Formats: sequence, C-alpha cells, structure tokens
Amino acid sequence: MIVVEGLTHWYGDRRAIEGIDFKIARNEIVGFLGLNGAGKSTTLKILAGLLVPSRGSVSIDGVDLVQAGETFRSRIGYLPEDPPLYREMTVREFVQFCGQLKGMAASEVSQRLPDVLNICQLAHVADRVIGELSHGYKKRVGIAQAIIHKPSMVILDEPISGLDPRQIVEMRQVVRNLGKHCTVLISSHILAEISETCDRILVLHGGKVAAEGTEQEIIHRSQSKGTRLTLSLRGTNAQVEQTLKSLPAVQSFSLTEEMGTIKAHIYLLGDEREALVAALVGAGLGIRRMVEDETELEQVFLGLTTPTGSA
Amino acid sequence: MRGILLIARRDFAAYVNTYWGWAILALSLLIDGVLFLVLGLGKAPKLSAEVLQQFFYLTGGVSLIASIPVTMRLFAEERQTGTIVLLESSPLSDRQLVLGKYLSGMIFVLVFAACTSYMPALIFVNGKIGLDEIVVGYLGIGLMGSAGVAIGTWASAISRNQIFAAVVGAAVVAAFVVCWMLSKQVDAPFKGLISYLAFFDRQFQPFQQGQLSSESVTYFISVTFAFLLMATQSLSARRWR
Repeated sequence: MIVVEGLTHWYGDRRAIEGIDFKIARNEIVGFLGLNGAGKSTTLKILAGLLVPSRGSVSIDGVDLVQAGETFRSRIGYLPEDPPLYREMTVREFVQFCGQLKGMAASEVSQRLPDVLNICQLAHVADRVIGELSHGYKKRVGIAQAIIHKPSMVILDEPISGLDPRQIVEMRQVVRNLGKHCTVLISSHILAEISETCDRILVLHGGKVAAEGTEQEIIHRSQSKGTRLTLSLRGTNAQVEQTLKSLPAVQSFSLTEEMGTIKAHIYLLGDEREALVAALVGAGLGIRRMVEDETELEQVFLGLTTPTGSA
Repeated sequence: MRGILLIARRDFAAYVNTYWGWAILALSLLIDGVLFLVLGLGKAPKLSAEVLQQFFYLTGGVSLIASIPVTMRLFAEERQTGTIVLLESSPLSDRQLVLGKYLSGMIFVLVFAACTSYMPALIFVNGKIGLDEIVVGYLGIGLMGSAGVAIGTWASAISRNQIFAAVVGAAVVAAFVVCWMLSKQVDAPFKGLISYLAFFDRQFQPFQQGQLSSESVTYFISVTFAFLLMATQSLSARRWR
C-alpha cells in the first residue's frame, strides 16, 4: 500500500505541489494526469526518492521516504520519460548491473533475468548493445531496469511518448503484465492511453489533486456537477456571446460558425437547460438544435483543468 | 562495500570500453616519457638518485593533471545523459556513490602509475638507488593522485557539464600547486598556512626524496577526505532542492 499524506514541495519561493493526499492499493494500475506545470513531475520525483518533500509524508508498505530513504528506494522502480541507459552496454549487462545496483546478489539477478526479459519482450535482443536499439526497445529496457528487483511500485513517466502505433500496443501489453506483479503508476498526457490501461485515475491541477477515482466515477461526478450541450443557433456571434456571458449557470463555452448557423459548445453548471433556452429565445436567437454531449474523459479533464468562466 | 565496488567496476569499465580512457592513458604516458627523457635524463651527467627524484617530480605532476580529465565525467556525464537518475533512485547512499566513483578514478591513476614503472626500473638496474626510495615515491604519487581524484570527483559532483567540472577541478588543483608561490608574497601567520597547503613544494617533496613523512601522508589523506565529504554533501543537497 502506498500512502501519500499532505505532500507539499517548494522550489525556493515557488510552490510546486500542496497538500496532496492519495492511497494506492497493491497491484493497482493508476494513471496520473495533469497539464504541464500541474506538479506531476515533482510528485513523481518525490515518489521515486529523487526529491525530499518540503512537508508531508510518503510511505510504501509502512516504510517512510524521509526516515528510511534507502529502504524506500529499494521498493521503487522508476522509468523517467527519457530512459536512463548506458548505451555501450548490452541489454543483459545493463539489466544485470541495475539489479545489483538495487541490492540484489548476482545469482538472484541471473535467476530473475529471464522472467524480466519475457515480461518486457526483450529476450530476442538481450545480447544487443543498447545504443543500437530502436526507441521502443530502449523504453522496454528502461522498464526492465525498473522491475528487475521486484519493486512494490513501478513509476512510468510518459511510457508511450515517441512510440509508433505498433510499439504503443506492445507497451500496453507490457504495462498490463506489470500490473499482475506490482503497483504501477503511469504519468501521461495521452488520455486515451490512461483510459485504456489504468484501473484508477488521479488528476492533478495547480499542484493539488483535482479528481480521483475510476474513469466512470470521475465522469459520473462531472456529470452530476454540470451538463455539456451542443446547440445550433440562428443569430449573430456577438448576440450569442453576450447572452451566454450573462447567464451565471454557463461555466464555459466555445462558438464556431457553420453553414450560416452558430454552433455553441456549452458547459452548464447543474441542469439549467430551461433557463438557457428561455434566455436565448428572450434574446431573439433561434434555436435550431440542442443535443446533450456524451461525456468523455477528455472533456472531464479539460473541465477540471480549465480556469472557471473562460470562453 | 558491494555497492561501492559495483559503481567502481562499471565506471572503470567505461574508461576501458571507450576511447576516452585509452586516450588519456596514452597521452599521459607519452608526455611523462618525453619529459623524463628531456628533463629527467637530460644530457648532463647526473646521480641516479637525482634522476629518480626528477622522475617522481614529473610523474607526480602528470598524474595530478591526468586526474582532472579522468574524473570530470564521473557525475557530470551521468547528469548530461540522464543516467544519474539510475544512481539517485537506487538504494545506494550518496556516500557509496561518491566512494565508488572516486575508486574508479583512483584505479585509473594507479594503472597509469604502474605503467610508468619501467622508468624507475631502468634507474634501479643501471644506477644506485634503493627499492625503498621507489616504493616511497610511488606512495607519494598514489597519495597526491588520490587528492587530485577527490578534487575532480567533487568538481564533477557539483557540475552540470564535464567542461565546467574540468575547469573547476583544474582551478582548485592549480591553487594547491601554486600555494608555494603565494606563500612567498604574504607575511606570517598566513605564510606558514599557505606554505603548508602547497602540493609539490612542501608535501610531495619528502616522497620525491624517498622520505616517508607522516605529516604529508596525513595532509593528502585529509585533502582526499575533505573533498569526498564535500562531494557527498553536494549530492545529498540536490535531494532537498
């Protein structure tokens, strides 16, 4: 069990994260979402033992990061966005070195190595020099170094960035395999990927946890807060904009002109459809069509990370 | 200890598996050999003891200079290539990382020193010198090399790139070397202190002359310890930023 409580970190005068709390159960695959600057990297660096938090605590199976940093780090496997690899070594040499670096005996590493090469689908390139491998294979070697010592938690930062579609499918399989053996925390910008591979999602925004739960839970919570609508309106852009801005229930909207009509994507707080229609009709606008959008993770994510009131 | 040896073995293998290590070794041996031929042996007749002293003076200098390019990559290259993450996220302590890196540089300096042994061997066979003078001279090279490697390890630990590490390391080593010049320009009590810090003029000279000086042994061990401690502290400080 990974327990994070009140995690706060400052870089000089700048606060990167504040009061982050979450728990991750054993063998869960958790997605970590957030825009650039949301505090994802700082949180991951703390979880990987690279940074000591300014305040708060992180523990893994009861071992605290600050009190027992070295033991804590032995329970973590970390793959940064750019895999840290010694390019002159072969895959086998490198993974063996990493196993020993993480405290395993040479004989233990030799026993574990075939399993790791299979999980990461690397067996056929085990004796090739890392510098000669493709980007996809380098990522897999990065995962192999992160799991060789059977960590309790593996942290993967943008594991599919730079991979081609075939490699993405293969990487998905690798991540799912990992989930059978340990807890996996994946950070990614690609929402579809998180949606595809993760059991649970954590959304960070402005250095705080903005949402947490399964994809369905987050979407459901978002739906109970508001409604997403697409309307086709007859009128002028200025009229529509003025009317929507005058309604307190309209959280955000965007307008496009399409074949003589104005298409409006609106996010309403609560379900204030009647009030919206009355306001639009009252402003002399013609309503040609109104459809409720199906909520997807992407929209929820944008809703959580877009400043209130923006158009 | 296992972690220290693991890091040392990988880093030493990195010297051997790349042209860089071989280039430094070959160039250092070439320079040392030419200097010994021109300045050590020279054309004027000399006593074999004088030639040996000259050899240790030159080889000590070359090993000290070589310690800078050898060590500049230790941490700075890992930072440039991103592999520092492997080390920093490992269960090894910062002290183990620093000692492993230092040990790899030290092994390199000792390999260089061993490769120069044909020169004192020639003096030993053709002249009248004792084996103990050679052993003490090499001990001095080892100790001064150790101080140079420790300074280089610290410079690499605080640097983001290798060139900066080399410049900082070279500047500190140069400062220790030129202390004897500076000591002549200042009055007491600083004169004594600065003169004490001089690598060659004060501390290496006894070894060069075949004398085992406990003061000099203590001095070089202290410099090594101080710079390794600073390197460890600078690594630990990064986790708190």
